[in-house]
Parts: sequence; C-alpha cells; structure tokens
Amino acid sequence: MIGKTASFLIASLIAAPILVILSSWRTPMDDVFLHLMSTGLSEVLFNTLWLVMGVAVGTTVLGVSLAWLTATLEFPGRAIFNWALVLPLAIPTYVLAFVNIALALPGIRSTGGIIFVMTMALYPYVYLLARNGFLTSGKRATEVAQSLGQTPISAFFKVALPMAQPMILSGLMLALMETLADFGAVSIFNYDTFTTTLYKAWFSMFSLNAAAKFSSFLVVLAFLLLWLEQRARQSKRYIPAEKQPRSAMRVPLNGAPRFLASAYCFTILFVAFIVPVMYLSIGAFTVLSEDLDSRYFGFLGRSLGLSAMAALLVVAGALLMSYTHRYHKIAFLVRLATVGYALPGTILAVAGIMITTSAGFLTGTLFAMMLGYLTRFMAVAHNPIESGMARITPHIDEAARSLGAGGLRMITKVQMPLLREGLIVGAILVFVDVMKEMPITLMTRPFGWDTLAVRIFEFTAEGDWERATLPAITLVLTGLLPVILLTRRLERCPS
Amino acid sequence: MRFIVALSILFFTVSPAFAEEITIYSARMEQLIKPVFDAYTKSSGVKIRFITDKEGPLLQRLIAEGANSPADIFMAVDAGMLWKAGDIGVLKPTPSPILSANIPAHLRDPKDRWFGLSVRARTIVYNTKKVKPEDLSSYETLGDSKWTKRLCLRTSKKVYNQSLVAMMMADLGMEQTEKVVSSWVKNLAVPVFSDDTQVMKAISDGICDVGIVNTYYYGRLMEKNPDYSLALFWPNQKDRGVHVNISGAGVTSHTKHAKAAITFLEWLSSSEAQNLFADVNLEYPVNPNVKPDAQVAKWGTFKQDTINMENAGKLQIDAVKLMDRALYK
Repeated sequence: MIGKTASFLIASLIAAPILVILSSWRTPMDDVFLHLMSTGLSEVLFNTLWLVMGVAVGTTVLGVSLAWLTATLEFPGRAIFNWALVLPLAIPTYVLAFVNIALALPGIRSTGGIIFVMTMALYPYVYLLARNGFLTSGKRATEVAQSLGQTPISAFFKVALPMAQPMILSGLMLALMETLADFGAVSIFNYDTFTTTLYKAWFSMFSLNAAAKFSSFLVVLAFLLLWLEQRARQSKRYIPAEKQPRSAMRVPLNGAPRFLASAYCFTILFVAFIVPVMYLSIGAFTVLSEDLDSRYFGFLGRSLGLSAMAALLVVAGALLMSYTHRYHKIAFLVRLATVGYALPGTILAVAGIMITTSAGFLTGTLFAMMLGYLTRFMAVAHNPIESGMARITPHIDEAARSLGAGGLRMITKVQMPLLREGLIVGAILVFVDVMKEMPITLMTRPFGWDTLAVRIFEFTAEGDWERATLPAITLVLTGLLPVILLTRRLERCPS
Repeated sequence: MRFIVALSILFFTVSPAFAEEITIYSARMEQLIKPVFDAYTKSSGVKIRFITDKEGPLLQRLIAEGANSPADIFMAVDAGMLWKAGDIGVLKPTPSPILSANIPAHLRDPKDRWFGLSVRARTIVYNTKKVKPEDLSSYETLGDSKWTKRLCLRTSKKVYNQSLVAMMMADLGMEQTEKVVSSWVKNLAVPVFSDDTQVMKAISDGICDVGIVNTYYYGRLMEKNPDYSLALFWPNQKDRGVHVNISGAGVTSHTKHAKAAITFLEWLSSSEAQNLFADVNLEYPVNPNVKPDAQVAKWGTFKQDTINMENAGKLQIDAVKLMDRALYK
C-alpha cells in the first residue's frame, strides 16, 4: 500500500511535465502551429518515420548479431570485442554526428547518413541487453537445440532469438526513444524531424504553445512504440534464469567464419568507436595547451557527481515502480513515467521549470535538475529492471513462500539476486546518459555547475568544433570507465 | 533524497547578499565573455556570476522565474532575440546618456531596453580562383542565373539568416524579398549546411563558388587555414549597405541591482572595454570611436545597413514563414 502510494507520487511527479505538454491542447491552435502544419509537415513526418525505421533495423541487426556472436561463439578477439563493442555508448550522438560531418565522407549528408550515425551511436543499447538475454537463457537452450540436430544458425532463429526477445525489445525501445528525442545530431545533419520543428516553433517563431503541441506528437509516437513492445512481449512466456558455468558452452568457429566474425566485429568497432575517438584525440591535442586548465577537474567532478546522484535516484525510483507494478498493476502510470525518454530534454526542462517555479523557488537548484533527469531517464532504468522482474515468475515467489521466505526476506534473498543485473545495467545506462545529457543540464544547473557537456555546448554553440574536441574526448574517456566496469561485471556473473 | 533536498535548500539560501555582485544570463559563450567579466571585476571590484545557454531557454527561464529571478542582465548574440526579450517584458528601459553616445542609434532599442555591444557583419564570401569581385554586387544578385548551381547557404533555421531576411524585408518589402530568397534556393549547388564553416569549406573545395557568412567565422577559418582560396565581398555598397547584426544586452525587469547593471553596460560600451569584447571573437566594436582588431581591419571598411535592428525581431516570424514558402530549408 505504501509502495503504491509512493509509486503513484513518483509517477505523478515524473508525469507532470508530460501533462503540462499535453495540456497545450487546451488553448486553440495558433498561427505558428497552423503555418508549420501546412508547410512541410508531411516531410517532417516521413523523415521521422524513416529515421525511426532505419535506426530500428540498423540497431537490431547490429546489436543482435554482435551479441549472439560474442555471447555464444568463440573466435579470435572475442574476449575483447565482448566488452569493447559497448564502448560507443560513451560517445554522445551529437558528438558522433559532428565527427562524421567533419570527416566529410561522400554522401554522408543524407537520410542514409543520419541513420548510419544514429545506428552507430545507439546499437550498444540493443547489443548490451540482447547479450544479456543470450547469456542468461539463450546459450543453454541453443546447446540443447544443437544436440537435437539444429545447425547453429537455425538454433539461433528458432530458440535463442525468441528467448532473448524481451531483452532485445527493451534495448530497441531505448534506442528508438532516444532517436525520437534527438535534436543535436539531426540538426547537425540539417535533417528535419518533429524535434527540429518544435525547436523552430519555439526559438524561431516564439510559440512555446505550438512547440508543446508538436511535443505531444512525440508523446503519441512514444506511446505507440511502447504499445507495440507490450504486444510483442505478451506473446512470449519466460523461462527463469538459472546459474550457468561461465564460458563453458561457447561454440568454437572454424575456418573462414572464424575470421569473418572477427573482421565483422572489428569493422563495427572501428567505425563506431576507434575512428571518432582518434579524430577527437587529434583535435584535442591541437588545443590542449590553450584550453586545458585546472578547471577541467571541476567539469569532470561535476559530470561524475551529477551522473552518480541521478543514477542512484532514477534506479531507486524505477525499482519502486517496478515492484509496485508487480503486485498492483499500474501499467498506465508506468508508461506515463517512462515516456519522457522520447522527448527532447529542453521541452521537459521548460515544463519542469514551469512546475518548479509554481512551487516557489526551485529553479536553478539540484532538485530541479534531478527532477528533470528522473523524468527524462526513467525508461533507461525501468526497462532492464522490468526485464529482470519478468524473469521472476510467480512460481519463484510461491516456492520462496513455501520455504518460509516471505516479505522482506523474499525480496533480499530471492528477488534481489535475480534483479541485480537489471539494476546494474539500469544504473550504468543512466549514469552514462546523464553524463552525455545537455539541454536539461544547461537549463536547470545552479550557478557554477558547469559540466563537460556544458563545455562542449559552449564551443559548438559558437561553431567552434575544433575546441569542442577537448571536452568531448574527456567526456568519452570518462564515460568508458563505467561502461567497461559494467561489461566486465556482467561477464563475471552471467546470470 | 534528504541529501538532495538539503543541498537544494543550501543553494537556494546562498543568495547574493554581499555588497556588489551582478548576475548575468548569457547566450554569449563563456570563452568569449569571461575575459571581459574578469577585467571588469579587476577594475571595479564588482563580482559577476553568470550562466550560459541559448537565448530561447534563457528567456524561458527568465519568464518562469519572474520576480524571483536572480538575473540582472540578459545577454544575447542576435538582435531578434534581444527584441523578443524586450517585447515579452523581461527587460526594462534603462536610458543612459553614455550608452546613447557610445552606440549608434540603429544598433540599440529605440525604447532603451537593449543595446548592441559588438557588430557582426553577414556578408558574401567567394572562391578567389573561380570568381572575380567584379562579378559580385549585392545579396539580391546572388539569385541571378549566372550563379545557377554555384551558391552555398547555411540553413534558414539559423537566426542569423532569419535576421538577414527580416532586415531585407524591412528594406525591400515582402514581395521583393520572397523573389530574392526563391532565386537563391534555385541557385543552390548542394543542400543547405548547418553552419557557416561548412559553407566556406564547400566554397574553398570548389563544390560551389559563393555564399553568405558572418565575418568572424571567416576570420577563424583563415587563421587556421591561410591557404584556403576564400575572400570576403561587401555587397550593396551603392544602396543600403552590408547586413549587420549585434551581440548585445539589456537590464532585466526584476533586477535588484539596476544601477550596478547599467554601470556595467556603460563600461562595456566604452573604449576601455570595446576591444576586449569584440576582438576575442573577431567582431566589430559597436562604438564608432574604437578601431577593430588588426586582422579584422585588413578585410577593409564598408557601409552598413542603418535600419534599426529592432526590425530583425519584429519581422522574424514573417521572415521564417517567407523562407518556408520559398522552400529555403
């Protein structure tokens, strides 16, 4: 009961900015809204759909294939690719976009180009969660299928893929919501989507109301995605995870496939991580003497501190919400609370500022900032935790109860160990996401709370991409630590 | 959670109760503005605390905070945005004989709510190997058929282009301006770029031959790549002059340090501060008595458009609509 009330409170707090956005429809459509609806709306709609579909296909193909290779097969370099393929997660999408534009590959300024960049930036979400799925349930099942005469490929499609599907969908949902919310990368590519239209309504035509109305389209699209995910999940039954010996069951590849697998993993790693990091490092080196000073300790410290604080807070909120949902079915509240991940941070920040201002004195405080992060990143923590929760079947609860482990003991002794992975994944993802986050940080930070992301903004806002490379590479290198920790940890205890 | 609440309260209660401190919301970025703030603190003892963001979010923050806002000064890098701030009432009139004397009339608000502090010229840039300066004359003639597939432009979403078109509307009227913008779009060699530097690189690489950019981007690029075959051209010298924009500031309606804020703006417009303010970004001082940076001076002198900058804001929405109709993306 307390849990339900608390969840309700948290969900309301998080949902409030979204309700502010939806309430924009209480006022009539203004001149700006009508103008933007009548000029180029179909282009914006199709651009957004193309982008979402392209990124969906791209991240699924890359994420799932790479996860399956590294989780179930053995080939040269696998142990390294296994964790290294998560590293692009540390590179903000807008940074990857400006690096690719600066490299001026032929044809990069196109629909294909932006889909390529977003796919490279976002596939690790699918990879990370799919890999988790393959490690926990898919591997043993694949082995059984193979012992029954299936080839590795058919075992993958018939057994491993369906079993890992909930995890894959969770990862894909994160990638797609991030795609919908993106403003930085699409504006660098000058690719018009709903986010660029709402920014135009607001900043160029001064209509916050029209901007809020366009944001509500994003809310609808996000709900649609979540609904599709829900439907896909409902058709699946889960098998509880079991402890498995580490690395015993990977199938060694022989002959050409052995090297093809290595070459494939290396190519993706090279394009998505090595090239941008090299570009940023070279750029940063040229401005190092001019720009690097002791203040970077502050930027770094605040980036880390804010990310850690937000990770704890968001994971705690998501866990509470997930538990309440388990026993009280608060599906709609949960959905409302997770939809923020599909909305640009700026619009959430404005809605949040409106609310915190009406509460009196909260703008420019850490509280407002954390509220912003909570609204924006709930989905990031919720999805992995919920995937973990789905694996704890009612049978497990019953078994625990029949053995006398009820209430708190069941939570700490039975459920928590099974949720641990989800919690860690959620915390790390939020941590890295907050480090990369720009608009909410810019808009709600207290005086003097400049972070690495703020530093990147200050250079890019003046078109000074060269000098932005220094804070960007610092951000990427710092983000690597939690990412590596995460993959190492998951490797050690696969279930 | 308790920790966060405690911290929030701490941040709230640490208010500027000390003698002289002013608070600035600045869309002029830290690297361009901090040296100026530091110099002022050194010479006057007044402390300055500031926060940077784009104009839109800063204005929204000012509106939301209302009378509780700690801000004394709002600083922007576009005239349209300054006009908007004045229009929605977050700035208050602060007439000052010093500001009036130091800043030409067309570069400040007729109602004294905002003041230009540096001038940014948006002019024509061309490839020196493929174009002779005699081939060029005005912004309008970039739409002539001889420039077919030879023009590069930055996106119409950038406020600098919105201000350029808005000011052109003030000079030429809506109909004429729309024709010009449509003819530019027809002449584009490649889809529009997201920043001026990309436009210039494309011109230097021969992807196109002419474009329109802010001069300080040109200065920065040439400093790093002196071998680029690029040069600036001052258009419309026989009629209205080169389009200029301003980086400027105004005092907020709810300031509690109005006097200190005005004194600071006056100092910024003075010959003592003008070079510090403008030169760091290769812009032009707003004060006509102050000479620009040596590198900037090398680009030559020019006649500038003297219609009041407020038109950039007043006509901005119409300019955006016009560019949408002309399919300028």
